[in-house]
Amino acid sequence: MDDLLQEFIAETRETLEALSGEIVAWEAAPDDRERLDAIFRFVHTVKGSCGFLDLPRLSRLSHAAEDVLAAVRSGERHPDTRLVNAVLGIVDRIGEIVEAIDGGLALDDSGEELLIAALDEGADATVPAAASLPMRSPTRSVRLNVDLLDRMMSGMSDMVLARNELARRLREEGADPAVEAALERLSTTVAEMRDTVTRTRMQKIDALFSALPRMVRDTAAELGKAVTLHIDGSDVELDREMIEMMRDPLVHIIRNSIDHGIEAPSARRGAGKREQGRLSVSARQSGNQIIVLIEDDGKGIDTDALVAKALRSGSRTEAEIRGMDERARLDLIFEAGISTKEVATAISGRGVGMDVVRANVEQIGGRIELTNAPGKGLSIAIHVPLTLSIISAIGVGVGEQRFAISRQAIEEIVSVRGEAIRIDVLGDTPIATVRDRRLPLVDLGGLLGLDGNGDNVMLAILSVPGGSYALAVDTVLDHEELVIKPSAPAIMMTGIYAGQTLPDTGIPMLLLDCAGIAAAAGIRFWREAPADEVADEVHAAAVSALLFDDLDGVRRLVPLSAIDRVEPVATSAIRMSAGKLRLSLDGRIVPLAAQGDWSAQPTAHVLRLRDGDTEIAYAIREALDIVDLPEVMLPARTPGFVAGVVAMDDAQIEVLDLYWLFGEHGDTGQRSEPPLCLLDGADTAWMTSFLKPVIESAGYRVATALDVSDKPAVVLTMDQVPQYFAPQVSVVRLRREVENAASDDSIYRYDRAGLLAALANGARV
Amino acid sequence: MSRLFLIAHLAGRAVAIDSAQVDSVVDIGAIVPVPRADKQVKGLAALRSRVVTVIDPCAALGVAHSSEDSARAVVTRIDGHHYAIQVDSLEDVAPFDMVPLASGIVLDGGWGQAGCGTVELDGEPILVVDLRVLVPGALPIAA
Repeated sequence: MDDLLQEFIAETRETLEALSGEIVAWEAAPDDRERLDAIFRFVHTVKGSCGFLDLPRLSRLSHAAEDVLAAVRSGERHPDTRLVNAVLGIVDRIGEIVEAIDGGLALDDSGEELLIAALDEGADATVPAAASLPMRSPTRSVRLNVDLLDRMMSGMSDMVLARNELARRLREEGADPAVEAALERLSTTVAEMRDTVTRTRMQKIDALFSALPRMVRDTAAELGKAVTLHIDGSDVELDREMIEMMRDPLVHIIRNSIDHGIEAPSARRGAGKREQGRLSVSARQSGNQIIVLIEDDGKGIDTDALVAKALRSGSRTEAEIRGMDERARLDLIFEAGISTKEVATAISGRGVGMDVVRANVEQIGGRIELTNAPGKGLSIAIHVPLTLSIISAIGVGVGEQRFAISRQAIEEIVSVRGEAIRIDVLGDTPIATVRDRRLPLVDLGGLLGLDGNGDNVMLAILSVPGGSYALAVDTVLDHEELVIKPSAPAIMMTGIYAGQTLPDTGIPMLLLDCAGIAAAAGIRFWREAPADEVADEVHAAAVSALLFDDLDGVRRLVPLSAIDRVEPVATSAIRMSAGKLRLSLDGRIVPLAAQGDWSAQPTAHVLRLRDGDTEIAYAIREALDIVDLPEVMLPARTPGFVAGVVAMDDAQIEVLDLYWLFGEHGDTGQRSEPPLCLLDGADTAWMTSFLKPVIESAGYRVATALDVSDKPAVVLTMDQVPQYFAPQVSVVRLRREVENAASDDSIYRYDRAGLLAALANGARV
Repeated sequence: MSRLFLIAHLAGRAVAIDSAQVDSVVDIGAIVPVPRADKQVKGLAALRSRVVTVIDPCAALGVAHSSEDSARAVVTRIDGHHYAIQVDSLEDVAPFDMVPLASGIVLDGGWGQAGCGTVELDGEPILVVDLRVLVPGALPIAA
């Protein structure tokens, strides 16, 4: 936001300087239309920016001036000297306030009412004198034309390439050390210059996103809707000019989403959605473009209404409409003068439609894509090219060839032989386990059909939209700053390259498109549904299960979703203690189920099964494979650790009964986040000393005061009226007397069973 | 009206290339292959401080490979990208009158797309090829 403010100040100051001449000229000739327009544009711009930046005083002043000037423009009022004076008074005042904002000074707002009142017809001609301000210190900044930066940038790229070539030639011819040293110095300077020039053009897209929460909040409030905004990828860097060009389309799309997309709370309830609309704005780099994705869970676009509108407006004939597929119909939204909403609202219906949005995006070489799910939401993807032409990259080698990978995509680089790195094969698919993360593994040599040398394999962990994967390469070379140029269409068509470059070696090198490689390797990422997502949208898919040999030699299955991980443990960590088999694991004790003798070997494999906060371990002999769990299962005759039996390739395979296992072995008292019981009221001292141990042993966390983030599951009090009150938190009240004189729902304070039952009841509500 | 044409040997045949399509004639050095790209794309080569995409016309035209690889190439600029089309040899640049293919002549295979007319060199008809056709991903400009 500070960036925006600084920009606003600089811009306003600059316009004011340019305007000072106009103002004087207008004063001399109030009928001069051009001067009037210039001043009108100024106050109009200031007004627009103020709304955005939340500067109410400036907003009020500029709004008043704009109204009057609009009246003059339309001929309703005549620009007499008094009016001109009043407007100029306001323009001066705007300048003063801007300086005050910049200097961080307070400026009292006395006289502003007078200034505004002076605009009225028939107002007194007195305009208060401007308050004198302390002189500001001159700021060390200039505003530059982006064209100039462009030229600088392309000159810089050529300079780097020329230096590379020079370096290569010198190396080939074996230059003398003095020349080498001079070249070295040149290289350093060029590198520094390049950094600086690049920075002048780049800006985090946060500059665009930071204003969104406020805007979404205000827009939603104006419309009486509730919208939660999710922002992702704020640190994606984008050309400064791109960011400016994206501002209007983005704002427009978001306003549209809230106005037309997301329904009113009552309609959402009716449609079985959460009352709060969900709007997500994210940015990511993909290959040589930036994708800004705006998704809402509103009602989507009603293509039928669009079609009807197009027919009515006469822009399309019925025959044309009939020939259109769904996508073409959807694209009607981009035609001038078409909106699904009958009545234009104050928010989005200002005569600017999606046609203008698309034009703006296309103007910067981008494109816009709609994905419409009627009734469920709309997702709009804006693709804009990455003008960023110098990137920091890591070179990787496969066989004889080198490729570049953008530093931005690399999470880390590890050696396969490093600790905590394993490569396994699931089915025929290799996977890498890096510390605790299990990642799909792509062998770059294999994918590209190049012969790797097989050993000395390094893994580059790459982060792509949706997830991460490991890319196996033979060698990792140095880090380089590379000038990336787009590749020919024939090369881009492969989908796995993002561009090409000529590094110092003089041998062309391709920049890999990490997302493209993932796609080419067939990796699909699925998003783990956010916790607050509606659960009933989950489709019944085949359940994956792990096939394993149990300790008693029987082959069994267990649903994969319950398995946290499979790991070897020393059998010495397994003990029969406190009446149960238990496994010591990472300093904790986890209940263990085993169907046979585990003590013969020094290590045993255990499945770590997890259900919410409860964890149990299940000792097995060997994990075999991941398979789809057959749907038909014959249930076991008696409840036990086997739920039933399924047929797989003519074999009868038993399936573990997770329900029974957790019921039998799970320690319910070991929840990682126990429910909170708040002791409230005057008698907390008694409750703390007498009741706390009892309540804690029943599995609650006890507190007498709440942290901000705490929400009690149940409140325990001895007062008639609890001090703490929140909806959906039940209150258990204790009484001192054995007899329930008031016949209310209170509980005698020494009634242990009654108290615990009431707590349990309350905590569940 | 006569235009300048470059007479070259390409994929084992003598062809004429409109000089307007020719940026320069060069000897290319090491070629870095581009895995997974179309087979016409021989790879990338450095040309001074520029990277060009090397096109193998034999693969583009669907004809059998000539015996040895020539380092000679004709550089052409299509849609903002530089391509080096490998040629066997270069003969001459001279003004010619291009005439359309005579009626009834249908060229085989890939030549049919690339050939857009003939010029006559000492009584010998030479096929005029459109370099754009050899470059995958670039559509020939409608005449």
